[in-house]
Amino acid sequence: MKDRPEAQLDSGKQLDSGTQESHRVDSSAPFIVGLVLLASIYVVLIVVMIVADLGYLFFSSDGLDAFAAALRSPEVRYAIGLSLLSCSLTTIFALWVSVPIGYLMSRFEFRGKAFIDTVLDIPIVLPPLVVGISLLILFRSVPEFLSDLVVFEVPAVILAQFAVACAFAVRTMRVTFEQISQRYEQVAMTLGASRSQAFWSVVLPQTRRGMLAAATLAWARALGEFGPILVFAGATPMRTEVLPTTVFLEMQGGNLAGMLAVSILMILLAAIVLTIARLFGLRRLNV
Amino acid sequence: MIVVDNLSIRQGDFSFENVDLTIPSGVYGVLMGRSGCGKTTILEAICGLRRMAGGRIRLGDRDVTRLRPGERGIGYVPQDRALFPTMVVGQQLAFSLIVRKTPGDIIASRVAELAELLGIGHLLDRSPGTLSGGEAQRVTLGRALACRPSVLCLDEPLSALDEDTHDEICKLLADIHQCTGVTVLHVTHSRREAQRLGDCVFQLEDGAVRELTLGDG
Repeated sequence: MKDRPEAQLDSGKQLDSGTQESHRVDSSAPFIVGLVLLASIYVVLIVVMIVADLGYLFFSSDGLDAFAAALRSPEVRYAIGLSLLSCSLTTIFALWVSVPIGYLMSRFEFRGKAFIDTVLDIPIVLPPLVVGISLLILFRSVPEFLSDLVVFEVPAVILAQFAVACAFAVRTMRVTFEQISQRYEQVAMTLGASRSQAFWSVVLPQTRRGMLAAATLAWARALGEFGPILVFAGATPMRTEVLPTTVFLEMQGGNLAGMLAVSILMILLAAIVLTIARLFGLRRLNV
Repeated sequence: MIVVDNLSIRQGDFSFENVDLTIPSGVYGVLMGRSGCGKTTILEAICGLRRMAGGRIRLGDRDVTRLRPGERGIGYVPQDRALFPTMVVGQQLAFSLIVRKTPGDIIASRVAELAELLGIGHLLDRSPGTLSGGEAQRVTLGRALACRPSVLCLDEPLSALDEDTHDEICKLLADIHQCTGVTVLHVTHSRREAQRLGDCVFQLEDGAVRELTLGDG
C-alpha cells in the first residue's frame, strides 16, 4: 500500500495533480447539514407529539376539564401512587441485581458466559406481553399461597415491571463496569485490599453516573410497562391499576380527553424524574 | 530480594518459559526490553496480577508464589498510574493503611511524612484529574510506599513526562531508593534511565533475561 505514492513521487510527472498545494479538501458543511437534517427528523417527531398532546389539552373544549377531573378521580390518584411506588421499588430491585450482574459479566470469563449473555437480553427482545404470559404460567406451578399473594395483586405489578426494566439496567451497568479499567482494582489489591474492598471503595464510587443512568432507565421503563401488567396483574381499579392501565381503561370507555389527561400526567412525571435525576447526578458528581 | 525462578507464562498468543531474574536486597534493578517483549508481564507476575503457568517467586525470604497481591508486601506503580478518580490525594496516600485498619493518628502521621518526602503537602486535597504529570507520579509513588513495602515495582515510571519532569522524577526515584533502602524493579525500554538509575540492569530478549554490564553497548 505504501509503495504506490512513493512511485508517483519518483516519476515526477504526476505531481501536478497530487501535491499538497493543489489538493482541495471539500467543505464539511454538506456533511454536517445532512447529519443535522437526519437527526432533526427524530427530535422534531418527539417534540411535535408532545406539543400535539398539550395543544389538545389547552385548546380543545374539554381538555382542561378532563385533566382536572382526572386529577380529582380517586382511581387516577391511586394509579399515580401505585405507579410511583412500584416504579421506585422496581428501580431499587433492578439496581441490586444489575450491579452484581454487570460486574461479574465485565470482569470474569467463565464457561457458559455467552449463554448467560443471551439470557440477559431476552427481556429486551421479547414482546412485553409474552413476559406477562410467561410470568402467569410460571405462577401456576408455584405453591398456591404464593400464587394468591402475587398474581393479580400489587406484587405482580412490581414483578412484571422488574422482569423487563431490569434488563435495561443490567445492560447499562455492564457497559459502565466495562468502561472502568481493571487496573484500579489491581492496584488496590496490591495495596492490600481484598477484591471486595477494591470493589466497594475503588470501583463502585466510579459507577455513580452509570448507576444513575441505569436507575433512570429502569424507572422510565417501569412507568411505561403495560402489557405484562395487564396479563399478570390485571386491570382492577384501586388495586392493580397503574397509569398505563388507566390510559387503556379510559380508551376502552371512549374517553379520549381522560386518556390524554393521564398520558400528559405520565409525560410530566417522566420529565420530573429525568430532571431530578440529572440535577442530583450533576451536582453530586461536581460536573 | 526479588527472585523469579523458572517463571512460565502462557496467555493467548503470548508466552515465555523458564525466565530467571534475581535482584539482591536493597538494589535498584532495571529490566529493559523492547515494547511487547514481556517486561510488564514479569512485573505483574511478581505483583500477583498474572496467572503463572509455572515457576516460583520469592520476595526476601518468603515464597509469595501463591499469595494474594496484597499479601506480598509490594508497592506497585503501573504505567498508567491508575490513581483512584474518586479519591483526593490524601485519601490515595492513606488507602493501603485504611484497608489494613491502621489507627487514624498513625495514618495521619504517615501521610504527612510521605507528603514531605515527595513534596506534595500542598496537593493533599486535590483530585487526580487536576494534577500535572509530575505531581500525579509523585502521588502514585507515595500511594505505593505508604505501607512501607519491601519491594517497589515500577512500570515505565518516567514515560509520558516532559524532559524537566523526567529529570525531576528520576532524581526523586534515586532519593527514595537511598532514603528507604527498598528493593526496586524498574521496567523500562530506555537505556538512559537504566544507566542513570540502575545498580544492576537486565535485558529481556527472546524470552530470556540476561544481566548487562552498565555502560556496555
